[in-house]
Amino acid sequence: MTTPTSRRPSPGDARPYHFPRFQRHRLSGGVQLITVAAPKLPLVSVAAVVDAGAARDPEGMDGLAVLTAKLLLEGTVQREGAELVDAFEQLGASVDITADWDSATVRLTVLSAHAEAAIGLLREVLREPAFRERDVTRLKAERRAEILQMRADPRELADESFERHLYAAGARYSRPAAGGMAATDRITRQAVKEFYDRHYVASRVTLIVAGDLSDARARGIAAAAFGDWTGTGPEVARAVDETASMSRRIRVVRKADAPQSELRIGHEGVSRGHPDYFPLVVMNAVLGGLFSSRINLNLREAHAYTYGAHSGFDWRRSAGPFAISTAVESGVTADAASEVLKEIERIRDAAVASDELSLATSYLAGVFPIRYETTSAIAAALASLVTYGYPDDYFDSYRARIESITEDDVLRVARAHLHPDRLLVVAVGDPAVIEAPLAALNLGPLSVSAAGDAEAGA
Amino acid sequence: MRIPIETFELANGLRVTLSEDHTAPIVGVNLWYHVGSANERKGRTGFAHLFEHMLFQGSADVAANEHFELIQRAGGTLNGSTWLDRTNYFEVVPSNECELVLWLEANRMGQLLPAMTQQKLDTQRDVVKNERRWSVDNQPYGTWWERLPALCFPPSHPFHHSLIGSMEDLSQASLEDIAQFFRAYYTPDNAVLSITGDFDPPQARGWVERYFSAIPRGTDARNRPPMDVGPVFGRALEERVADDVALPRLFLAFRSPVFGSEAYYAASVCGAVLGQRSGSRLYRRLVREREIAAEATAFTFDLPKGSDLLVTDVTARPGVSADELHDAVTAEIDTVHREGVTAHEVSRAAALIETDFVNALQSAGERADRLSMFATYFGNPHLVNEQLDRYQAVTVDEVNAFIKARLGPDNRASLLYVPRETGTATDTDSQGAAA
Repeated sequence: MTTPTSRRPSPGDARPYHFPRFQRHRLSGGVQLITVAAPKLPLVSVAAVVDAGAARDPEGMDGLAVLTAKLLLEGTVQREGAELVDAFEQLGASVDITADWDSATVRLTVLSAHAEAAIGLLREVLREPAFRERDVTRLKAERRAEILQMRADPRELADESFERHLYAAGARYSRPAAGGMAATDRITRQAVKEFYDRHYVASRVTLIVAGDLSDARARGIAAAAFGDWTGTGPEVARAVDETASMSRRIRVVRKADAPQSELRIGHEGVSRGHPDYFPLVVMNAVLGGLFSSRINLNLREAHAYTYGAHSGFDWRRSAGPFAISTAVESGVTADAASEVLKEIERIRDAAVASDELSLATSYLAGVFPIRYETTSAIAAALASLVTYGYPDDYFDSYRARIESITEDDVLRVARAHLHPDRLLVVAVGDPAVIEAPLAALNLGPLSVSAAGDAEAGA
Repeated sequence: MRIPIETFELANGLRVTLSEDHTAPIVGVNLWYHVGSANERKGRTGFAHLFEHMLFQGSADVAANEHFELIQRAGGTLNGSTWLDRTNYFEVVPSNECELVLWLEANRMGQLLPAMTQQKLDTQRDVVKNERRWSVDNQPYGTWWERLPALCFPPSHPFHHSLIGSMEDLSQASLEDIAQFFRAYYTPDNAVLSITGDFDPPQARGWVERYFSAIPRGTDARNRPPMDVGPVFGRALEERVADDVALPRLFLAFRSPVFGSEAYYAASVCGAVLGQRSGSRLYRRLVREREIAAEATAFTFDLPKGSDLLVTDVTARPGVSADELHDAVTAEIDTVHREGVTAHEVSRAAALIETDFVNALQSAGERADRLSMFATYFGNPHLVNEQLDRYQAVTVDEVNAFIKARLGPDNRASLLYVPRETGTATDTDSQGAAA
């Protein structure tokens, strides 16, 4: 019997959407400005993107880029840190600095009535940082606290251990972007100042203003704040992504009595600029990117090994890691690793089913407008456009490019970019429970280490 | 700033809130069921949350995990979450898929039980046990969110026990428990539905009536245990936990006025003064000036019945002992209790709260969740449009009156994590709350 409510509704006509229109400008001294009018609510988000990420750390000075970026908010020539932060927060402006491998970004969101004042403060932050000795010392101590916390946290320890074992000992990507203990100790106020002078120059800076502000008004405010910023930076291209090994191996990081193992399984990925980016995004969605992906349905819903499992490429300018990440009950660690390996083999063996492909492509195309609901998300998207050099029609063509991917494309990139013979397996867990079963998988050599073993040379 | 709101109620008691916004072709759908861990029976801790997992295991016309697949195929996002006093389910989808979401939610509200099997329950029980290992047992400080309510509410109180549940109780949950819980709590008269974004109100109302009207009201008795406790603990409560952590961390909690009450807003502003962002009192004093702490924040649980909790959360710098941390935080709170806070600090807090609030209302999902919250807790979704005025009206005198009444030594619960020596088991030393 069919009741009126047992029949699934079909979708109505899709309504049009386009990414908010943005405009690029060049201020007189060389800073790039991108404006986007998004006037739904009286808010403005600003992102100041500086091409000064951790990949630009000088030899022996890991963490310098991140520390320099964080110090921007710790005080300017005119104001000490507490006073500076209070000035922003009295405007209701939430300001944060993030620095990753490829850029340092100062982000703020504020009511549009206060946008001009907040951008005025942002000028001080970017142009007149004081780098007081006491603040340098304090932030170095905070970095040490972060490292200790990371080592005690199985998830972060697994991520850090995976990258350390994946890349060659000398490769910058083998060590945390924000630096290890020894490198942090070496950083001086003088090094920070030199890094700032070298990299925080107009040609390296893009200011993005998104929200309830017209293009003309944003241009006026930006020109007043940053029009006189000049300078160009040296091109310092440095290889950061040499890998350690081309063969399979298992690394167990000891956490005695752990009720779960944090697993990372993968190898080097490809750079963000690779022409296979779109087919790889779709392939990954089918493999482990979605809740309904093969790996999650296998590990979580079929075997109940875990609360969740996913795969992903860490997209960077150079080749970041590709990894399957999950946390599984200790007793099934080897079984879970084995299932992951099967899924990697399976997606290389035969084309994905058409309904798997359409799930991935319709999801990726459909959520696109949902990703850009907020002014801060719009600003962040444009920050990526700048950092990775996407063409201006990137957002407008995104959905069509996703929808153009075929089963054959997915199979081709799975075969080209997934390498079962090169997998690195990292397990943070209890060796007494997991070592023997992992060794019995016969994947390759297995070694056990303690959480703090990494530091040499970092 | 106000968002448009219209409401209606079906004959079966389902209360519906609509809020249009045609900026982008997106619709948010959000359901709050007025049930959480507080409604659990003895010996069934963690059941409300386990039940939330079962709601993704299919219904009469939907296969296991198909809800996820259909929404993702539609280009949408979705999830659910369980809290002490409510469980919510939410989707954000392209606007032309709104009807599908309403159909899916109605199908599981009306006809969940035919799809329930022992095998699905066994699988989700194991998934939840892994969730517990991941978020609580194998995570530094991960036990805080069951230890703190246990310390702050007496054993007889419905907020005392663990939300994610004990492994033993999870093992006991049966299909009959599922059926009872469903019949008692997953009924239209115990739920609110909010729809936000790019939809046509008459059309959306038509879909709601079509899919939800036939679902009957609940008739089974619901467990609504008494919530009332005194305004203060009456003495200092302390628990010390030796655990696998790198740095000492102190949670210091205060009973505070319930969410939405007249006095709540001053308490919430006080939380922001103490610990919202790096310009806050605790961050400035303990991280920046005294260099005792690596991090310092404060927040409220936002509980609308019984008592709310205001919590400060401070992590030590390397080299600072647990006792030094405890003494330093306590000394700062003593100073605040003795001298109060300034109008300048209150204006900073109010400005940040205002920006955060407007910022959150940009997204359809957040709008829908807040509308559901005010509809569930107070029967009035229009309260969302009064929040900014309520916050802006808070004066420094009101904040200081709150501080005098609630931040004294008779109203502090201290949960202190201490790095343990390797080789010893986790142990605790606790003195819990009385009613």
